[in-house]
Amino acid sequence: MNIVEFHQVAKRYPGGQIALEGVDLSLGRQEMAFLTGHSGAGKSTLLKLIGLIERPTHGQVIVNGKNLARIGRAGVPRYRQRVGLIFQDYNLLFDRTVFDNVALPLVIRGMRHADIVRRTRAALDTVGLLSHERKRPITLSGGEQQRVGIARAVVGRPHLILADEPTGNLDPALSAEIMRLFARLNEAGTSVLIATHDIALVESLGYRRIALDHGRVAA
Amino acid sequence: MTRDKRETQLAPTRLAQQHARDLIDSLGRLYRTPVASLLTACVIGITLALPGGLRLLLTQLDALSYQWQDTVQASLFLNAEVDAERGRALATSLAERDDIASTRFISREEALAEFRQLSGFGEAIDAMADNPLPAVITLQPSPDLDADGVSGLIDALGERPEVDQARLDQAWLKRLYAVLDVARRAVGLIAVLLAFAVVFIVGNTIRLDIENRREEIAIMKLLGAPDGFVRRPFLYSGFWYGLGGGLLAWLLLSICLLALSGPVERLVSLYGNDGGMAWLSWRESGFLILSGVLLGWLGSAWTVGRHLRAIEPR
Repeated sequence: MNIVEFHQVAKRYPGGQIALEGVDLSLGRQEMAFLTGHSGAGKSTLLKLIGLIERPTHGQVIVNGKNLARIGRAGVPRYRQRVGLIFQDYNLLFDRTVFDNVALPLVIRGMRHADIVRRTRAALDTVGLLSHERKRPITLSGGEQQRVGIARAVVGRPHLILADEPTGNLDPALSAEIMRLFARLNEAGTSVLIATHDIALVESLGYRRIALDHGRVAA
Repeated sequence: MTRDKRETQLAPTRLAQQHARDLIDSLGRLYRTPVASLLTACVIGITLALPGGLRLLLTQLDALSYQWQDTVQASLFLNAEVDAERGRALATSLAERDDIASTRFISREEALAEFRQLSGFGEAIDAMADNPLPAVITLQPSPDLDADGVSGLIDALGERPEVDQARLDQAWLKRLYAVLDVARRAVGLIAVLLAFAVVFIVGNTIRLDIENRREEIAIMKLLGAPDGFVRRPFLYSGFWYGLGGGLLAWLLLSICLLALSGPVERLVSLYGNDGGMAWLSWRESGFLILSGVLLGWLGSAWTVGRHLRAIEPR
């Protein structure tokens, strides 16, 4: 069974703008793939549909065997707790320490304090930022901030990680480092879908590439 | 998966821990903007102190007016034919009744002497051939009688053949009671209006807080935070605002009472009341602070319910 399946998915925004049209695609369990295409091709919309930030106008999105159309408003938080989201602008909370940022998904789930500390430290260790846990995110470099974002996404042990232009604000060396981090997470068993327009970087890594063009999956 | 299930189970103690953490966190957040938080609490405090103070004033007046009830006096003006001896006998027999506390007989001569002394019309009275004043029995109704009982008693006494006219010197007290009734209702209305004001003040403060933390709320929702989780810190902010406001109201009232205590005690002692002034009782203090907490909570619940739903990540 695939972790993500799209069946004839279309998304039109209220203004009439068509973001996705007749999209069929799948991502296998423990697979890592890149979603590429020019800006406005529908990469972000596709990830938002998987993250239940948007709903499709048409078609079905199935994640981990579950039809997302069946998840009502009340079920969205619980669903999102199982998906790790990573953003271009990191979306960190700047009034909290690195540790508190990473711990947030576990706090939201109401875990025991001891478990929170153990798992947060483990996630920070994975991204190599354990020594920065007491710092504020603002004092970190862009690459370090994105690693905090990645630690926050994996701390809840999601079965699926979605990253929207995670290296969009980083230089090539840092970008390669972040991608290596994703590859490591994938090796540990997590499915990863990364949207990026950095085709050169994608090709150097050798994972499957899903190209979007004007809202359709290109051949 | 099973392991995660176990870890994410919200045991009651864990939920209590979460609440405790949110409670402390929201206090810490308010502490980080001390001036703004204190100003909000001050506004709530003053708003609560106003009806509280008015109520206290009414309680004080009530206590005083109860004391004044002892001074209620009826005057029975006797017929001219009734001589001093019969009048005195009547006063003595009336005093033995259960519904009358005490009586005093004032003969025509005594009345004249008293009038001369008090009025300053001494010479004018000397010029008169006859003593124009009737004999009077003054009486205090039993303190157990209520207002209706007293007026019934006076009416009955007025029917007696010896009595020309019975008059109750109580009109002013009735007026005071009427005024107090109006004041009590007015204070009630003011309290209701100001309670709404507190709800709106807290609501608006929380609304601004939500606006300022829009991004943070959106991020939390992206990470899978349920509505309850996002709501809780704001509800606790409302709780703290209310508690702070209630405590400040209590402080303000206590300071005002302290400032007023000298004059009030003098006033009270003038009326022969040795009870002293009414301080805030434990019950009243508790009620004041609790109503602050409740209104603060209500204000934040009202706002949070309306505004948090509107914030969704995009």
